[in-house]
Amino acid sequence: MTDPNSSVSHLDLEESKKTFLDANELVINMGPQHPATHGVLRVILRLDGEKVMGLECVIGYLHRGVEKIAEHRTYTMFNPYVDRMDYVAAVSNGLGYCEAVEKLLNIEAPPRANYIRVILTELNRLASHQLWLGTHALDIGAMTPLFYTFRDREEILKIFEKYCGARLTTHAFRIGGCQYETYEGFEKDVKKFLTFVAPKIDEYEELLTTNRIWVERTKKVGTISAKDCIALGVTGPVLRASGVKWDLRKAQPYAAYKQFDFEIPTGQNGDTYDRYLVRMAEMRQSLRIIQQAVDAIPEGPIMAKVSKVIKPPVGEIYHSIEAPKGELGYFIVSDGSTQPYRVRVRPPSFVNLQALDLMCRGQLVADVIAVIGTLDIVLGEVDR
Amino acid sequence: MSDETKSPSPQPEGEKPSADKIAGGISSGTPPPGGAKPPAPPEKPAAAAGATPPKPAAPGEKPAAAAAPAKPAAPAKPAGPTPQPWDSPLVAKLTRQFGSGIQPLTYLGQNYLQVDRSLIPTILQMLRDEEQFDYCVDITAVHYPKREKQFDIVWILYSFSKNERVRLKTQIADGEHIPTAVPIWAAANWLERETFDMFGIQFDGHPDLKRILLPDGWKGHPLRKDYGIIQQDQEWVQINLGIESGQ
Repeated sequence: MTDPNSSVSHLDLEESKKTFLDANELVINMGPQHPATHGVLRVILRLDGEKVMGLECVIGYLHRGVEKIAEHRTYTMFNPYVDRMDYVAAVSNGLGYCEAVEKLLNIEAPPRANYIRVILTELNRLASHQLWLGTHALDIGAMTPLFYTFRDREEILKIFEKYCGARLTTHAFRIGGCQYETYEGFEKDVKKFLTFVAPKIDEYEELLTTNRIWVERTKKVGTISAKDCIALGVTGPVLRASGVKWDLRKAQPYAAYKQFDFEIPTGQNGDTYDRYLVRMAEMRQSLRIIQQAVDAIPEGPIMAKVSKVIKPPVGEIYHSIEAPKGELGYFIVSDGSTQPYRVRVRPPSFVNLQALDLMCRGQLVADVIAVIGTLDIVLGEVDR
Repeated sequence: MSDETKSPSPQPEGEKPSADKIAGGISSGTPPPGGAKPPAPPEKPAAAAGATPPKPAAPGEKPAAAAAPAKPAAPAKPAGPTPQPWDSPLVAKLTRQFGSGIQPLTYLGQNYLQVDRSLIPTILQMLRDEEQFDYCVDITAVHYPKREKQFDIVWILYSFSKNERVRLKTQIADGEHIPTAVPIWAAANWLERETFDMFGIQFDGHPDLKRILLPDGWKGHPLRKDYGIIQQDQEWVQINLGIESGQ
């Protein structure tokens, strides 16, 4: 039987021909089944004792051929598929896709739909960051934040469930706007949630920010400079923690983000601790945005005038949004028919994961786990 | 859709008997543009038959043609947006340097350059070094099997300092190689690997061009249009997963 792991690693395998005792470097497999790799990620580590000399990521275990499927579905039929890529932040994926197709059709969603989109997307960003915090802390060894963040995340998922029926893969938006009107008591629920969750975020900070063990495990771990981030195409909180103050919600605003007043938190050192602080600050900024949005939802229609059969004119478009993980882009090529000719998804986790090798050089094996967690990757998005 | 494609095409003979039907009695003396009178009688029974539920073949065109005289032609669609020439200082500089090798266009507010394959490494290097397009957002390809140069390679670049995004497109034939962008942007590494994996496009000079999403021994490049939606590398599946049926 052919060895399925026959991928010849570009790492030096000459070493393994020597005997075990001669080898200066040890090649170890952190296999696809691993509790801390946030999905099916295989990392081949080249170690000198416990120090990492280099690593190589093997991905593709969750490849489902989403881009190929898109060519055989109509634009509306493809909408639920995009949720399944970054399944943690499904609302953002849906927003990016719907906005890309709307751009191709040269239409705009009505203002009320934009406000609803912003509220749900920011709630989703908060939920995604909470999940990130819980799992990242768990990987490093702090088990309590996991329970706290998942308990609080339940409230957000309850709101999603009341709105569109699903908790995780929501399919919340449609091309042209939103399908569902906000339910009776939506604003009340959201406001209640905002007052509920603000002290909880303080609770997470109290557990971790000045905790000596946390600081020791995350300071100076996985440092990456701004120059390297830009060269590697890394975006999202990782880029911001390295000092580049860039957020697509401010640089190229979409949906209703122009109307809201919020800040872009940045870090200085580009290490794991800074990324943690940046994401905590982003959670607070999300609350700010949701507060402003829910106070000012305009009345009006929630769906633009879109024909039942969506047939964009021949052309191509690239549209990207600031997903919780980075720049999520959709490059859609239309040939004038009801099915897209090509849908390319530019996943933030895929591009961010390239930086793992650089970030882990010279660190210890335990730090590799911390860095994978801090990059906040979702294998569904990496592999599509 | 069938109206639009079929109504211009029916032969004059097709239109004539229906004109007869609708006008209810205009004699077949109305000279058809191409045909003579003889086609008229055999067409009439066919037209009458065609008036009943539309049959697939040529008679099926007659009900469509019958509907056509009711409206002058297919209802004129409002002209949608088309790619417009793009003008900007960046474009002026590039045209000065590369002349006719590039074609700057803009569509729906997004600017892109259609460039010649020969200009590729030079123009990418220039865009990063002189125009500060320091962030390579995406590299991908599109397959047009009916075209002579089947693949469209697309680079999407962004400049932080100018907050501007630009797309570069070039066309290559099947089997043609293209120089890698890895020395220019490190981000191109995995992006080009994925394009190779999905389309089979070779990037010359790539440090490690091997499959990334599919298993290493996989044969075939799925995102090509001639790769079926449920097609898979049966041999790989049978050997490695032990699934005999391949499904």
